[in-house]
Amino acid sequence: MNTARDDILGGIRRALRRGPVSSENGAELHERVATHRRNLVPARAAALGHRSRVELFIAMAEAVQTTVARISSEGDIPAEVARYLAAENLPAELVLAPDASLDRIPWDQRPLLQIRRGRAEAHDAVSLTPCLAGIAETGTLLLASGPGTPSTLNFLPDTHIVVLHASRVVASYEDGWDLLRNLNNPSPQAGEVDRPTGGPEGADGAPLLPRTVNLITGPSRTGDIEQRIQLGAHGPRRLHIVLVEDAPPQP
Amino acid sequence: MQPTSRSFPANARAGLADPVLQQALGLARTGFPQRRLEAIARLPEFEDLREEGRAIKDHVLAHLDFYLELYERNVIASGGHVHWARNAEEARAAILDICRAANAKIVTKGKSMVAEEIALNEHLEQNGITPVETDLGEYIIQLRHEPPSHIIAPAIHLMKEQVADAFRSAHTELDPARPLGDPRALCDEARTVLRPRFLAADVGITGANFIVAETGSSIIVTNEGNGDLTQILPRVHIAVTGIEKVVPTLEDAATLLRLLARSATGQEFSSYTTISTGPRRPGDLDGPEEYHVVLVDNGRSALLGGEFQDMLRCLRCAACLNHCPVYAAVGGHAYGWVYPGPMGAVLTPALVGVGEAGHLPNASTFCGRCESVCPVKIPLPRMMRHWREREFAWKLSPPVYRSGLRLWAWVAQRPALYHALAGIASRVLGWAGIHRGRFRSLPLASGWTAVRDMPAPQGRSFQSLWAEHRRHQGRSR
Repeated sequence: MNTARDDILGGIRRALRRGPVSSENGAELHERVATHRRNLVPARAAALGHRSRVELFIAMAEAVQTTVARISSEGDIPAEVARYLAAENLPAELVLAPDASLDRIPWDQRPLLQIRRGRAEAHDAVSLTPCLAGIAETGTLLLASGPGTPSTLNFLPDTHIVVLHASRVVASYEDGWDLLRNLNNPSPQAGEVDRPTGGPEGADGAPLLPRTVNLITGPSRTGDIEQRIQLGAHGPRRLHIVLVEDAPPQP
Repeated sequence: MQPTSRSFPANARAGLADPVLQQALGLARTGFPQRRLEAIARLPEFEDLREEGRAIKDHVLAHLDFYLELYERNVIASGGHVHWARNAEEARAAILDICRAANAKIVTKGKSMVAEEIALNEHLEQNGITPVETDLGEYIIQLRHEPPSHIIAPAIHLMKEQVADAFRSAHTELDPARPLGDPRALCDEARTVLRPRFLAADVGITGANFIVAETGSSIIVTNEGNGDLTQILPRVHIAVTGIEKVVPTLEDAATLLRLLARSATGQEFSSYTTISTGPRRPGDLDGPEEYHVVLVDNGRSALLGGEFQDMLRCLRCAACLNHCPVYAAVGGHAYGWVYPGPMGAVLTPALVGVGEAGHLPNASTFCGRCESVCPVKIPLPRMMRHWREREFAWKLSPPVYRSGLRLWAWVAQRPALYHALAGIASRVLGWAGIHRGRFRSLPLASGWTAVRDMPAPQGRSFQSLWAEHRRHQGRSR
């Protein structure tokens, strides 16, 4: 008896009136995948210089109820977080991503902030995480899971604060994909430790994507009742970006 | 669910007479199309993106076996499992097996039309597993024990009062006197009630808007964040999806994602677009320990290579529903199965048979709005015509209708006779209706005159005006 897999693939080939893809044609298709050629990328963000791209990112993010605070250095993050929590009438408690990129933030400047590091639990009200990039075309944040960046931090708490460096604002989703593909994953899979590339790999030797990649554009929302938009359906009610205005990337 | 598409005429009449439904549809008629129009006006490349989206999907369909095999290899390489299902029964069995192996009691679900198509919830319930819908709209209709009436806004047929009633009868542990007068309160209550379910679930089941061959990933697009809580909290994540959802690369997904949210809700981008690849990795503090994909054929591969292949480009954005005058008048339940509106009128006969769903492709004015807003340019009216032709060829339409159509075709093939008969009819009607200008009722046309007047023909026929116009043109040259 044929397996379901054989039947489905066979059915597809019969319907298309051909056998399996020939090796020549297959090589072409593999090439199409391996080069990950870009399709049309809208000019909206791609045509902009870095400074205007950051402005576009902020405008697009604010248009979907994300709030953005611009600060000039990482040293100002604790003050901004304390200010934001007080302004929103939130307790001075947060769960912080256990990622090394947040280690150098001088939290001891604000001793009243209670900080726990780890994944989010049911009772956590506020989380703070880093992100890989901001995508200007729609004001979208790109976050990738890993040992230092558990995905629950992005969804369980009512309030999600994200640290974004202005130098990490890119134009398009495609720019984000390139960042993902070049991530040097420091935790190789079991049994693969001796691979020279270090990171886990997909079937054709391409680097494996992080387990969960989140593109986040504004706080959680629903229009399921009478099409009236409500924020905070299941994910965070508030999304706050702390934008660190560091030096723009060298071209 | 058992289709009731055979009773479309009766369903539609009931929908037209339902004041709550009409009020709810009134809100939908203006909201979605207006927001879509504004969103595409902000993106000058939108038309070019539609063309590219169409081309990407056509490329995939021409090499569907290749991309599915590549996708499967990459899922396995990332530590996930792929299950192939020829039909709904195999898909349900595969999912039940995974749930049983995980010793699951509570299963949370993100919104999935394929899960509706394979009637997954009933099957899980029959086998002692409690499925909990977590999308707000899906949760509401699950409480009301009814199917979705729209593919992205499942509870669009309801007003807030019906939602409040459903919550009061389901959430008996809460104070019966609590105020539930506005959507905010209802949304908060659903959030509060569902949060412990998310945390208690053993298995999370989502659909997939796209699956990516290059990376072995599944992509979901949501606004509420429920799909994400569904796929990262439980120990096991199952993504159930149709075989046509595969795209070659993330770049191809990006193009289609740019089309999807704008076409669906008129958003620039949905709140959450999430790419999931395999189970949790070493060192991860959260994420599922097992990742399964159930690839469902269920009649899809049979559409390849024929006149309905274009339907497999569908992104399930619902733009065709949102712009359809028939859908807007009768609502989604009238269509009697999972997929309503123009896309349902083409897909439902393909999946459940034209004998069952033959009314649906006939429920169209052929105004063409669906095709004009489709992000991947599916020629929906043309395919509805194909179904009508098959229905006629396979002798599925009623005899009176068939002989009427045959008679009309016979006359229409004889232009002289046609003009003579049409001229007589129009003169008789014009004379009979000369005073009032319209008819309240007409023999053989009660289907029309029961709900509106028939205008009486006035002046000369188009044919004679056209002939005269041509004569004038000939003279002026």
